[in-house]
Amino acid sequence: MARSIKKGPYIDTKLQKRIDELNQTNQKKVIKTWARRSTISPDFVGHTLAVHNGNKFIPVFISENMVGHKLGEFAPTRTFRGHPTKKADKRSGMR
Amino acid sequence: MARLAGVDLPNEKRIEVALTYIFGIGPKLSKDILAKAKVNPDTRSKDLTSEEVAEIRTVLGEYKVEGSLRTEIAMNIKRLMDIGCYRGLRHRRGLPARGQRTHTNARTRSGRRRSVGIKKK
Repeated sequence: MARSIKKGPYIDTKLQKRIDELNQTNQKKVIKTWARRSTISPDFVGHTLAVHNGNKFIPVFISENMVGHKLGEFAPTRTFRGHPTKKADKRSGMR
Repeated sequence: MARLAGVDLPNEKRIEVALTYIFGIGPKLSKDILAKAKVNPDTRSKDLTSEEVAEIRTVLGEYKVEGSLRTEIAMNIKRLMDIGCYRGLRHRRGLPARGQRTHTNARTRSGRRRSVGIKKK
């Protein structure tokens, strides 16, 4: 089910604060974040965010088209390296 | 013999039904269009007068159908693939994009079953 429009989009407040700081001082810095559930707001465009995928941080450059999506959509959490062939070797989920 | 929005011309059907042969027009939109064009939905499409056809054609112009609709859909999917989001990745792999299970089923997206390897005892 979609989020109520009344509430407006969910944007992580801490992340928003840090982006605002960067926008005011006109800096571009990579921000590490765990806020995968945060919606990408138009302020984020042009920044690079390192989004946590549970294991490490995936750098995501925010472009115009990404506005409205969630950060987590750009940092996949699962590794699928194909099905094991005849000689099945146990694979560990490291990337 | 009506030819609307490109390639469509089913002859013996009621116009209400005939219009749904156009990609992007279902029963609902078909009824709306005919109401707007003030054409009786029960007339067979071969019995339409040329004025009625012209009327339907102008109303039809307000909607996105056939080619332009198809391109719009393709563009939406392409956008998802280009920004590299999860749904885009699923489209690239030809797997379901809305969180369905793929352990079993999901045959519409994945295509016919391919047997994988030989099962070990």
